[in-house]
Amino acid sequence: MEYIIDWPADSFKLTELRSGDIVHLSGTIYTARDAAHRRLVDLLDADKETPVDLRDCAVYYAGPAPCPPGMACGSIGPTTSGRMDIYKEKMMKAGMKLMIGKGKCFPQLKELCREYKAVYLAAFGGVAALSAKSVKSMELVAWPELGAEALMKLEVENMLLVVINDARGHDYYEMLAEK
Amino acid sequence: MRTIECRDITDAVARLCVESNLYLPEAVAARLDSLAESETSALGLTAIKAFADNRRIAAADKLALCQDTGVAVVFVELGQEVAISGGLLSDAINAGVARGYREGYLRKSMVTALERMNTGDNTPAVIHLELVAGDRLSICVLPKGGGAENMSKLAMLKPSAGLEGVRRFVLDTVREAGPNPCPPVVVGVGIGGDFERCAELAKKALCREIGSVNPDPRLARLEEEWLTDVNELGIGVQGFGGPNTAIGLFIEEQPCHFASLPVAVNLNCHCDRSRKVVL
Repeated sequence: MEYIIDWPADSFKLTELRSGDIVHLSGTIYTARDAAHRRLVDLLDADKETPVDLRDCAVYYAGPAPCPPGMACGSIGPTTSGRMDIYKEKMMKAGMKLMIGKGKCFPQLKELCREYKAVYLAAFGGVAALSAKSVKSMELVAWPELGAEALMKLEVENMLLVVINDARGHDYYEMLAEK
Repeated sequence: MRTIECRDITDAVARLCVESNLYLPEAVAARLDSLAESETSALGLTAIKAFADNRRIAAADKLALCQDTGVAVVFVELGQEVAISGGLLSDAINAGVARGYREGYLRKSMVTALERMNTGDNTPAVIHLELVAGDRLSICVLPKGGGAENMSKLAMLKPSAGLEGVRRFVLDTVREAGPNPCPPVVVGVGIGGDFERCAELAKKALCREIGSVNPDPRLARLEEEWLTDVNELGIGVQGFGGPNTAIGLFIEEQPCHFASLPVAVNLNCHCDRSRKVVL
């Protein structure tokens, strides 16, 4: 199946998605990778406010290249999601619903996605000049000293994604391996 | 003696950093396009088309092909009849990396290993220096992304593991990597040497041109067989299944201690970038 999703307005559609479905995503998402996750989870652990409201938020595991003049965004694409596995439960507990990245995650993600009604989507890796076209605006939210690892807010349009982990406990890579 | 100025080396490295990150080698692009003929996965076909669109946009808009513009790995072959003038060779190379990554809007991904502080200019480069005959200086820049590098492995096998043990280690490494290193991958295999040399051989193997045949017929046969084995793993383009898991498998071999059988597998993503110049 193919879905057109406007995030977060269409968050109610999340539970309809099945592993292997294609999603064309538009709306608001936030970049965070290793260093920003460490800081977000430190704040959550300390019961402090995070720079972005994590309720119903979509997190893109990505660190863009610098933005050339006159463009909305430099080259951008997914990084390996599995590196953020250890932060996922806390992020989901805080309300994160969408994860966007590439590659396989830990097996526990199936159960976590079912419990928190969250979905993990893969973007194509290594097509970052093309992917930059889907980004309409980019704005720094926190931690500029982290450079490409800073927390950034993106407005995206028609981002092509594949559902890997659906909210029912399936993992598309595992399904492919069993075939 | 022939003299080469440091500033010329810096200029060359800066240009190689930018060009390697913007333009894929012809042989890689052609090989990726050709995968469409055998591709069985609909998502794989979509991805193969995206690879081509991405190359077109990267060239037109002067954007990096991949946001992960990598560690700057630099292979240098320095002729023994060359005198470097105006500073240190490594400083000249690093100055080129810093300038290329700044001017090319390339990502600065280098951090201090423990404190994780960004070095700010993507230095230091990883420099492999080899002294060779002659009065030329050859520089090859291989921007190496973290996703594929992280899935690479090294094993000190027992000699009794033999050829079959090496083959199994190569296949296991690619299988475990699955979708993470952005397949279709290039597989660099280093066999022999010692602990660090076999890793270096594996990386050097990644500098080979896609489609090239190993001059050693024994290794050429193994490369062909193992590439077939890797593609039979069924991981496929971007991990979505199908017959196209790798676009190349290259082996470098050298003698080792009779107690050891070191083997290293260094993976590269489909964005198999490198650029070379001879000064």
